[in-house]
Amino acid sequence: MWKYVLKRVLLMIPTLLGVAVLIFFLMRVVPGDIVELRFAGESAFAQKENLDKERARLGLDQPMWLQFVTWMWGIARFDFGTSMWTGAPIIEEIKLRAALSFQLAVMATLIAVVLAIPLGVVAALKQDTWVDYVVRVFSIAGLATPSFWLGIVFILMLLIVFKWLPPMVYTPFWVNPWQNMLQLIWPALAVGYRYSAVATRMTRSAMLEVLREDYIRTARAKGLWQKLILSRHALKNAMLPVLTVVALEFAFLMGGLVVTEQVFNLNGLGMLFVESVARRDYTLTQALVMLVALVFILVNFTVDLMYAWLDPRIRFR
Amino acid sequence: MTDISVTRRLSIPALLLAGLVFTGPAAAQDKPRYGGELLFAVPSEMPSYDGHREGTFGMVHPLAPHYNTLLKTDPNDRTGTKIVGDLAESWTIAPDGRVYTLKLRRGVKFHDGAEMTSRDVKASYDKIVFPPPNVGSMRKGQYTNVEAIEAPDASTIVFRLKWPQASFLASLASPYNWIYKADVLARDVRWYEKNVMGTGPFTFVEHVKGSHWVGKKNSNYWDKGKPYLDGYRAIFMKDSAAQVAAVRAERAHIQFRGFAPAERDSLVAALGRKITVQESPWDCAAWVAINQDKKPFDDKRVRRALTLALDRRQASVALSKIAVVKEVAGVQVPGTPYATPPDELEKLAGYGRDIKKSRAEARRLLREVGVPDRFAFTFTNRGLPMPYEPIGIWLIDQWRQIGLNATMVTIEASQHVNELRAGNFTVSSDAQCGYAVEPDLDLAKFQSKEISHNNYGRYTDKVLDDLYQKQNRATDPEERKRYVREFERRLLDEEVHTFITLQWHRIVPHSAKVRGWTITPSHYLNQQLDAVWLAE
Repeated sequence: MWKYVLKRVLLMIPTLLGVAVLIFFLMRVVPGDIVELRFAGESAFAQKENLDKERARLGLDQPMWLQFVTWMWGIARFDFGTSMWTGAPIIEEIKLRAALSFQLAVMATLIAVVLAIPLGVVAALKQDTWVDYVVRVFSIAGLATPSFWLGIVFILMLLIVFKWLPPMVYTPFWVNPWQNMLQLIWPALAVGYRYSAVATRMTRSAMLEVLREDYIRTARAKGLWQKLILSRHALKNAMLPVLTVVALEFAFLMGGLVVTEQVFNLNGLGMLFVESVARRDYTLTQALVMLVALVFILVNFTVDLMYAWLDPRIRFR
Repeated sequence: MTDISVTRRLSIPALLLAGLVFTGPAAAQDKPRYGGELLFAVPSEMPSYDGHREGTFGMVHPLAPHYNTLLKTDPNDRTGTKIVGDLAESWTIAPDGRVYTLKLRRGVKFHDGAEMTSRDVKASYDKIVFPPPNVGSMRKGQYTNVEAIEAPDASTIVFRLKWPQASFLASLASPYNWIYKADVLARDVRWYEKNVMGTGPFTFVEHVKGSHWVGKKNSNYWDKGKPYLDGYRAIFMKDSAAQVAAVRAERAHIQFRGFAPAERDSLVAALGRKITVQESPWDCAAWVAINQDKKPFDDKRVRRALTLALDRRQASVALSKIAVVKEVAGVQVPGTPYATPPDELEKLAGYGRDIKKSRAEARRLLREVGVPDRFAFTFTNRGLPMPYEPIGIWLIDQWRQIGLNATMVTIEASQHVNELRAGNFTVSSDAQCGYAVEPDLDLAKFQSKEISHNNYGRYTDKVLDDLYQKQNRATDPEERKRYVREFERRLLDEEVHTFITLQWHRIVPHSAKVRGWTITPSHYLNQQLDAVWLAE
């Protein structure tokens, strides 16, 4: 097993390197210039001398290969440099937003799992009954409803019915849990519902498949309790595809909630991502892409390791 | 400048629902009350903290309360053009118009307790006008006329100019020209990029990037009795729907830049008497840039046809209901000293009252040049809904009525200016917003391409450049007005290098609790917050 883990860890390096090369050159292919955007804008008084000075300060006057080497050397030392837009260390820029994005992703995942697994199991057990139909309507509605739209509905409902709005400024959980929850529970519900719909559908179909397996029939035939059959034999096996979906969704939530963050005015990684691209902040965009790539790789890796726990037949090679 | 006329802008049902009685800001200026924290939304965020270096209102709104400038615009002047002292209490101008001597207030202290003197003013202006090699100064180009800055004694600062400049006092009232501490600049000229320390009515508390900015009352402020607020909290909010929701739920008292008409109406309908609306013509205009490198737009008759096709007066009525545009205007904000009088405005191409006649003339010009019927071209628009989208749709319709077939292509907002600057367009939307209502600022971009960094029309016009210089140096206001009118005539009528569709219209609905703040045409001005207070 340790050999497998080491192999997977080593494989992360070329993957991340590929992502680095891709994002570095893609950003430079996209038209636009951070110096023009920031220091000229629409001003008639912008002076070329001033723009050249800023370009040199940001290192944009250097040959592209040298910029790439400098960046990669920084990454090798875990130094992502500074944001070209704000001049602040990138770690600082990301750290601020990562806490909120991570908490929101965890809360949405918890909501999704808590809803999806029981509903998916019940729907599978009561296949083609009214219970199954209700769960199907619930989950298909969730699939069809964008989370940002649901967020807008929540906001309007809170505003019109309760004349109240969640706090606009993020308070960390350890500072004031109540304020923190007041702000994040709404986007977590909006995102978690859509997320649970995907997981519910997956749980239901996986359970249906597993419940038709020979070993379940055998377990029933030897008189095992239904609860035991479900928890020990069926659910554990059905969880394999569900786990993959849940994990990938979690990784996506770390940087992909742009519109939901906008609707709830959340200071998360998604908004930072969009702004950094719009501003042509190369260093920040590159760091964010690397971070998201790393999250996806780590999540996949963790899922693969969990497969062995869920299904002892899986052996690592 | 007209005061608010609510009934014209609101639907009757909205009025009946809300049963509104609007109280304009002037009427509400009763005895100021001390205390409270002003909460305001800011739709943009500053890259650094150095006002000399940056150019976004997202810097001015949260940071201006920490600083003073030498001069400022009168906070109660709705035209935003009346200059009053801030750190300077008086000034004189030499008869030849080339020497400005300003007397500074005494007893002004920085937030660290040190006294502010002319040395600080000189160091700050030296940084703006003559920045060291490693330091950027965004508006350095505006001060090319400054020959020397002197501080003969602790309370006197002298600016020597190469030639007389009509706008120089306004330049000293620039909302970006904060006075920094000389000792700090001497130690590290870039210190202010990451730190805040001024003489203003509020001291800095915290900035959480992407989230908020907090300031608290400077109890040692030199203007005794001010500020009234205990502090303020600026909340960064990009999304306008979130800003509206915040004002509606009283999570924010105000968003100083402005809202769209529909947003104003929804707030008024929901909050009734709890909301006050201030409106003003905006020192921003919706322009059309025409690339004169592209045929047939190199011919001024074709450009003239484009402007003659526009029914601006009808658009003012229709578009002002859905977009932040309203006034039919020339090159200066209506109601301000250098604005075009209505009778002169009507003489400019496309501003006449007989639209049928204008369009017939437009068709004749196109025929004369040999432009075929249904001639197709691309109209490049900026990827922002307000006001670009409705203006773009309206323009296409107007041009269709003279036989032109324009197709709109929308470019991402941040890339749009780059495309214009590179000449990658035929006809495009363009915008011009000023941080002060001043012909020097508003007209500079229309000088020849060799002078102006954002002359998107890519033309050279020495006559226009000469007129710009003349208005810039005319110290007699009447003489200056004449040059501004001549400039305008040449730009919009004789050569039609470019043209305005409608002036933007600034709408600031805010909590009725907010008092002591008066709207101006520029969203960069009047943001010191020293006179703002919150009613019970």
